[in-house]
This record gives sequence, structure tokens and C-alpha cells, in this order.
Amino acid sequence: MDELARLQELEVTLDGRRVLDGIDLALRPGASIGVVGPNGSGKTTLLRTLATLVRPTGGEAQVLGSDLSKVPDRSVRSRIGLVSHIPGLFEELTLRENLVHFARLTGHPEHVVDKAIDVVGLTRSSDRAVSASSFGMKRRAEIAWLLIAKPVLLLLDEARSGLDGDARQLIDVLSDRTLSAGGAVVSVSHETDGLSTGVSEVHELRAGSLEVLR
Amino acid sequence: MSLWRQSLEVSRVDLLVERRLGDTYRIVLPFAVVAMMIFSLALPSSVTDIGDVGVAVFWAVAILYGMQVALRTSLTETQQRRDTVMLLGLDPAARFAGRSMAAFVLLSAFMGILLVAMILLFSPELPRGWLIATLGAILLASAGLAMLAVLAGEVSAGLRNRSTLAPLIIAPLVVPLVIGASQVLESIARGDGILVWILLLITADLALLTVGVGLAKPLEEASR
Repeated sequence: MDELARLQELEVTLDGRRVLDGIDLALRPGASIGVVGPNGSGKTTLLRTLATLVRPTGGEAQVLGSDLSKVPDRSVRSRIGLVSHIPGLFEELTLRENLVHFARLTGHPEHVVDKAIDVVGLTRSSDRAVSASSFGMKRRAEIAWLLIAKPVLLLLDEARSGLDGDARQLIDVLSDRTLSAGGAVVSVSHETDGLSTGVSEVHELRAGSLEVLR
Repeated sequence: MSLWRQSLEVSRVDLLVERRLGDTYRIVLPFAVVAMMIFSLALPSSVTDIGDVGVAVFWAVAILYGMQVALRTSLTETQQRRDTVMLLGLDPAARFAGRSMAAFVLLSAFMGILLVAMILLFSPELPRGWLIATLGAILLASAGLAMLAVLAGEVSAGLRNRSTLAPLIIAPLVVPLVIGASQVLESIARGDGILVWILLLITADLALLTVGVGLAKPLEEASR
């Protein structure tokens, strides 16, 4: 596959408002792209569109060989990793129970969960309920899951904000592993400092349109 | 991973969450019992034996409060959690089946406890063979209500007013379940056969299962 994702003249309208307008973006294997923009500029919508969670209203969008104007195959979604700015864990379960649940649903053996928990430094707090865990712990649990899932397309939405140095380093480890396996990474933030390290290309999203910064 | 194993896993986690939260048995159940007591106090003086209305009150309360039990998971689900589950590549049909199974287990136990409460509160005169027939009706009505609630939750997913919309979707569709379940005991008391009501419940359940599994994927896509 030449490109992991290609957006051409992409338009997304949500609740009657044009959020993305004429976006062009190509992601080749090994590409690490950063997108910066002010709050409300459409960064999260761009990532959710790439994650097949938002249906484009215009233009063309192909992600991992799937045309997003149609219903994406489930196997496409399972190769996409999204770290959103609000962790999507079951609050009532422990951090470990969440990971075991995800592993069981996707057919991964349970022993890989404990290994990933160890890698992200959650061994001592993995039996803590998500609702009683700090934001950083929840983020580490998400990273642990993505280390298990090994996504081809990694999407990071303000993933480094609110994290300590060690946790930010884990985001970099996750990005590096994705890139070295031939995947691509897109990280968005409202400032360039919040992007993943090793970003090769930075775009600016302003009022729904994308421009290359460097 | 097979659809069946995914369904069981979804169901396991839904029940685990319910065990931790205890919404059904610590909040909804006491309210349902209180509602039955209020019914008995509000009856007109022309009703000389409150046992006569016990079964009707039971089904009205069981279905109305059962809706709350069955809708709980769908209505409290956040967008982020929905996104996470979609990106796991979970089969939407497995999600429907798993959630329905969990709601079925909760509803069956909920209605069973409510039945005991009704008997204690109303002391109705129960005909021979009432227990098996009523338990059968409870199981079939629970299965139907569970699937209906999961379906309503999926239809209203992502909508701002979903907590209002979902019960309104259920209300007209629950009619065959209410009629079928409530007529089972009534028919035994009259000495009539109950087969027609059991068949009505089974037909409603099969229809909901078919619609739920068939629409699971289109509904998931409609929400994106």
C-alpha cells in the first residue's frame, strides 16, 4: 500500500457548521505529521475523521484502503489507535480490568496485558478503579492498550498535555514503535510543543483549512 | 474472535459495572416497590380486594421501572467510550447481543424480586400452575424489553435528548410484551390456554432479535 490515508478536498459539516473545509492530506508509511491550531479549529474532528468515527460530507477520504463515504470494515478500525483528549475507559472498572476487557474482545491473550502494564509503569496501581485514577494513570492505561493493539495509524489528540515527563516519553515510545513498523502518526495540539517528538511535517489548521507550516 | 464470545464478554462487563454501581437493586428496585405500595393506597374504595389488582400493578411497575434498568447502560455511555469500542473492531451485532443478555439477566432477577414483593403486598389469589407460567412470562418479557431497550439506546445514540427519546421509542413497542405477559396469569385464572400469549411473547422476542442484529451495523454507522 502506497499511502495509509489520503484526504482530498475533505469537507466535514457537523450540526450545520462546516468544521473542515477542503482538507488535503496524504499519509505514507513512516510519516509523522503534526497539526496545530487554535481551539475549535477542527483538529479533533480531523482526527476523528481519520479514525473513521466521523463521516465526511464532501471530498474524498481513504483510510487504510477504506473509502470513508461507505461503511468501513471492522478490520480497518481495529488497526487505528486514537488517544483522545478524554480517555474512553470504563470508569467503574479498574485500569487492568479495562485492558483485559479490550484484550478479550480483540482476541489478545491476557498475559500481554500484564506485560504492557509493566512497560507503562502501572503495575502498582493497575487494580485501582478508573474513577479513582489520575488523568496520567488513565493515559498510561490507554498507551498500554495501544502497545498491545499495535495500530498502523496512530492518532494523538493533545496526547502529551497534562502528562509528566515519563508519560510523555511513553507517547514517544508508542509513536516510534508505530513508525518503525511501517505505520503513520498524526498528532494534534494547539501549540507545537504539544506535538509528538520526531514530527517530520507540521500543518496549521485554521478555520477548517490546512496549511503546511514546515 | 467469534460473535458469541464477544457477546459474552460485553455482557460480563455490563454486569460487572452494574454490580459495582448497584443502580438496579439499590435505587430502581426500592422505588419500584414503593410505587406498588402507592398503587395499593391510591385504589378507590370500590375495590374491596386489592389482591384483584396485584398482578396488573406488578406488570405495570415491572415494565415501567424495567425500562430504566434496561436503558441504564445505553444512556450513560459517553462518546469517548463509544469511540473506544468502535475502534476495537467489535462486531455491532455482538455488542447488541451482549448488552441484551446483560439487561435480560438484570431484568429477570428484578422482576422476580418484584413478583415476591407484589405477593407480599397484595396477597393475590393465585391459580394452580401460576408460578411456572409467571416465571416463563417474566423471562420472555425480560428478553423482549432488554432487546428493545438496547435497540432504543442505539437509535438515540449521540442525540442530546436521548434520555427522553429512548423511553418514548420503547413505549409503543412494548405493548405486545405487556399484553402477552399480563394475559398469561389472567388466562390461567379463567381456565383458558396460555399458548397464544406465550407465542405472542416469543414472536415479539424473535422479531426484536432479528431487527436488533440486522440493524446493529447500520445504527452504529448512523451515529458517526
